[in-house]
Amino acid sequence: MWWAVTASGLIPPDKLPSPADVWNAFTSNLSGPDGLLVAARGSLIRLAFALGVAVVVGTLIGFAMAASVLVQRSIGTLMTALQSLPSIAWLPLAIVWFGPTERAVMFVVFIGGVPAVAIATAVSIRQVPPLFTRAARTMGARGWTLQRTVVLPACVPGYWSGLQQAWAVAWRALLAAEIIRIGAARGLGHLLEASAENISLMIALMGVIVVIGLAIDTFFSVVDRRIRRRRGLLVPA
Amino acid sequence: MSERARPLSLVPDTGRAPVKLSMQHVSRAFTTGARARVEALRDVSFEVGAGEFVCLIGPSGCGKSTILNMFAGLERPDEGEVLLDGAAITEPGPDRALLFQDPALFPWLSVRGNVEYALKLLGTPADRIHDTAEGWLRRVHLTAFADLQPHELSGGMRHRAALARALACRPEVLLADEPFGALDAQMREILQHELQQVWSELGNTFVFVTHNVREATFLADRVIVLSARPGTPIEEYRITTPRPRRFDDVLLRSVVLDIHDHLSKEVTRAADEEGLRPDLA
Repeated sequence: MWWAVTASGLIPPDKLPSPADVWNAFTSNLSGPDGLLVAARGSLIRLAFALGVAVVVGTLIGFAMAASVLVQRSIGTLMTALQSLPSIAWLPLAIVWFGPTERAVMFVVFIGGVPAVAIATAVSIRQVPPLFTRAARTMGARGWTLQRTVVLPACVPGYWSGLQQAWAVAWRALLAAEIIRIGAARGLGHLLEASAENISLMIALMGVIVVIGLAIDTFFSVVDRRIRRRRGLLVPA
Repeated sequence: MSERARPLSLVPDTGRAPVKLSMQHVSRAFTTGARARVEALRDVSFEVGAGEFVCLIGPSGCGKSTILNMFAGLERPDEGEVLLDGAAITEPGPDRALLFQDPALFPWLSVRGNVEYALKLLGTPADRIHDTAEGWLRRVHLTAFADLQPHELSGGMRHRAALARALACRPEVLLADEPFGALDAQMREILQHELQQVWSELGNTFVFVTHNVREATFLADRVIVLSARPGTPIEEYRITTPRPRRFDDVLLRSVVLDIHDHLSKEVTRAADEEGLRPDLA
């Protein structure tokens, strides 16, 4: 349909280029220091690093929220509040704190991921069926042993879904921050902003972003299905 | 043979076996949603001898599960004492295994993994764990299914796996809270037979909660009938029919009818009482 619309000339090529033009823009901009591959690599490294830190911090906060009503009421409420704030809204403040640097971008990704991970961790721990902990206690499990051998494994499915949401939030935050074009390093967002003159490249970039998103999401879904199938939580389709 | 144990002292023949578990004047109430206070147990006293198989039976909501949870150490009484070998029970422990109506197997572990979990908690040496688990699984006829996940088993097999896991704790006391309640009649009967056999071989003290009179009579040395809420023992039957027992045993059947009669009177009485005082509901 895309091809038919562009070939018929209904929409001028400077508004919507043909699939062939987009494909050409994709292949000719793939390599090189300003190329797609370098940019994608830059974005993914940023994502991995900032999200990694967010997962560690978010998980710790989530544990604290599940363990203490006080933490849940204070920090938990803060986490819920933060979740309603688009992470890109942190960028101006991040620039004040860190300057228009790589660190400001990282911070935005980090602050986007933390609440999602923290809330998912706390909810998944609270949803561990009491039956499991009761059963383990009658077998003599207590304290840290009980947490490690029952609560941790039991909360894995919920926790993993939380990570799947967190990565999507972080990915969107990263691209938004990159489009605003701060930091010297190259990323997909930088390229997208720089491609204003080249609409074919712009659409090719959007395609790349979607494909990377799909790939990572598929990875999470495959692991999720594996976890659920093993536990008999997967409803046969 | 069977007989009504009268008068209603509810104390077993302590001359035969030392007292393993005991409740002395135990009361327990729960606060439910809208400030309502529900009295689950009132002044419950009874004893269970070492190696004795006792079934608790009563209308639903009579506090049967609360009694078991107290023996297991998962709940504390408001008043009175709950004792194991004469010492107060303050926390759960592997010396008292509890079987739930849900097998409560851990879904992230295989059947074998579930049994091994209990062994690891006990501190079984690593090189003994595999063989010991295998032994318990053989006892409940699950060796062929050991490496499956719990959800891949049938309902009956899951209950056997839970039994193997409980037995692996080498408990002195087995507590069971309507463990076969959700199974069909055939599977129930098969498991009751297996349970009878395992108990005869191991000789654990057993407290078994059920609302199935036939099941109670088939399994128990003694059946204690509890009143409707607040639960308290109102009658007990000593069943001396030798094991292995059969479901079609005439004497057992007459006891079943007797208990049934008693229970339905109790349920009717409780219902009448509530009907006469609707304001308290």
